[in-house]
Amino acid sequence: MLSTATQIAAQVQSRERSAVEVVRAAFAHIDARNSELDAFIAIEHEAARQQAAEVDRRIASGDSNLPLAGIPIALKDNICVHGMRTTCGSKILENFTAPYDAHVAKRLRDAGAVIVAKTNLDEFAMGSSTENSALAVTRNPWNTKHVPGGSSGGSAVAVAAGMVPAALGSDTGGSIRQPASFCGVVGLKPTYGRVSRYGLVAYGSSLDQIGPLTRTAEDAALILSVIAGADARDATCLDAQVPDYRATLGGPLAGVRIGIADEYFGEGLGEETRAAINSALAVLREQGAITADIHLPHTRYGIACYYLIATAEASSNLARYDGVHYGHRAAGATDIVDLYAASREEGFGAEVKRRIMLGTYALSSGYYDQYYARAMKVRTLLRRDFDQAFKQCDVICSPVAPTPAFAFGEKTADPLAMYLADVYTITANLAGIPALSVPCGFDPRGLPIGMQFMGRPLAEGLLLNLAHQYQQATEHHLRTPPAAAQH
Amino acid sequence: MAEVTPQEVRHIATLARLKLSDAEVESFTRELAAILAYVDTLREVDVTCVEPTAHAVGAHNVFRDDAAQPSLGENMALANAPQRQNGFFRVPKVLDQDTV
Repeated sequence: MLSTATQIAAQVQSRERSAVEVVRAAFAHIDARNSELDAFIAIEHEAARQQAAEVDRRIASGDSNLPLAGIPIALKDNICVHGMRTTCGSKILENFTAPYDAHVAKRLRDAGAVIVAKTNLDEFAMGSSTENSALAVTRNPWNTKHVPGGSSGGSAVAVAAGMVPAALGSDTGGSIRQPASFCGVVGLKPTYGRVSRYGLVAYGSSLDQIGPLTRTAEDAALILSVIAGADARDATCLDAQVPDYRATLGGPLAGVRIGIADEYFGEGLGEETRAAINSALAVLREQGAITADIHLPHTRYGIACYYLIATAEASSNLARYDGVHYGHRAAGATDIVDLYAASREEGFGAEVKRRIMLGTYALSSGYYDQYYARAMKVRTLLRRDFDQAFKQCDVICSPVAPTPAFAFGEKTADPLAMYLADVYTITANLAGIPALSVPCGFDPRGLPIGMQFMGRPLAEGLLLNLAHQYQQATEHHLRTPPAAAQH
Repeated sequence: MAEVTPQEVRHIATLARLKLSDAEVESFTRELAAILAYVDTLREVDVTCVEPTAHAVGAHNVFRDDAAQPSLGENMALANAPQRQNGFFRVPKVLDQDTV
C-alpha cells in the first residue's frame, strides 16, 4: 500500500523515516514508471536531495513546525520554482529558468515538503487532455492509449501512478478537476483568491487558481491548509483566515443538502458516469445527506462565456512573450515588430495561437461590446444562479466530464468539440466558487469516473469533509492502475 | 457561421503580433468562424441592467503603501535574456532613421 502524504509527514516528523529515505523511495517509483507515462518535464534529483537533507536537519534540531515534513511533491510546470526550469509546456519558454519562487512553492518548502519534479501540462494551461504540450506526451496510467486529461495531466498522473503522494496543479476552467477525474484521484480548485497566484504563470487571471491533487481528501486538506492564505504580492488574494481543513474532517453529514441540477444530468452525459454518480449519491444519503432539486438556468451559456473571458485575458497575459526579456527569440528579424511576430509564431503552438486570436478578436474595436462586455455580464448571471441555488442546498453535485478519459487524437480534429466537454467544470471558475473532484467509480474498461462537489465561497472544509466521508465508505481511491503497460 | 474573413484574421494577427502562415490564416478563419458562431448564443441572454463581474468574489481597490520594496535586481532580471548589453536587453532597431 502506498503511503499517503499524511502518513509520510507523521513518519518523518517522528523520525521513523528520514526525509532523505522518503525522497530516495519516491525517485525509485519515478524511475520505474515515468519512462512509460512521461508525467514530468523535469525531475530535480539534486535539488530534492538537498531539500530533504535540510528537512532532516531541521527536525534533528528540534523544529516541530513542519506539517509537510518529507512529503515528495510535484508542481505543474507553470508554477515558478527558483532555479528550476519553468516551461509551461511551451517551446517559447523551453529554456526559461525561474528567477523567483511562487508563493505556494515557498509555503511548501517552509512546511518541509520536498519539490521533486515539474509536471507536464497543456501549453500555457490551455487544453483538456495535455495533448497540447509542446514538450512531452503524458499517458493515462489506467490505459496508456488514453489521455490523462488536462491541463494538469502530468500532476494527475504523477499521483495516480504512485510516483508522488501529492502534486499541485492549476485550474482555470477545470484543469485540476478533469484530469483528477480521468486519473482517479482527488483534485480541488479552491475559492478564487484562496491561494495566491504569485508565481503562477497567468492564463486567465480572473479564473486561475492553484490547488492540490492527491489520492485522499485528507491529503488535499493537509496541502490546502499550508498553501492557502493572504499574500501581499497577489492583490486578488482574499484576506480571510485559513482554518485547519483537517480539523473538520469526520464531522457528521446529517442534514447536509446536496443540490442536483437537471441542467447537469441531461443529454450528453455518458450512462456509466450517470450511474456511478447515482450510486455515490446513495452512499451519501446513507451517511445522512439529503438531496434537493435546484436549477442553474444559465448553465448552457457557461462555455461561451468562458471562452470569451479566458481567451481575452490570455491574449493580454501572453503579450509578454515577445522574444525580448526571456524565452525564444527568432533569428534574423528585420525590426522590433518582426522580432515579436516571428518569435511568437515560432514559439507558440496552435491552440495557444487560436486562443490568443479569439481573445484579441473579442476585445478588438467594434467587437468588444458584443463579445467581451456581454460575456462579463453573463458571468454575473451565472454567479447569481449559484447564489440562488445555495439558498436551497449546501453543496452542488455534478459530473466532472461527460465521459471517462478519451483516446489520444479522438478530439483534436475539432477544437470546439474539445471545448464543449468543459460544461460541468467551467462555471465554478466563472463564479469563483470552490469545487472538488473525487473518484466515484470505474467504467467497464477500467477507466476512472469522478464526481464534483461545488460549494459557497470559502466552503472548502465542507467539500473536503464530504469527499473524506465518501472515501471512508468506499474503496475506489484504493484501487491502483496496472503496473505494466496496458494494451 | 459568423462572418470572419481572411482579411480580418490577418488584421487580428497583426494586433496579436503573430506572423501567421497562409495555411494558418485559412485554418484560423474556419475555426474562429465556428467558435464565434457558437459564442454568439450569448446574444439570447437578457443582460439589461446587469453589471459586469470583474472579480469573482468581490474584492476591489486593494492598495498598499507607496513605499519602495525590494525587487528582482538587474542580474536576475537579465538572467534569461536572449541578448543583453551593459545591463540592458538588446533588441533590433525600434525606430527607423527616417522617423526620428
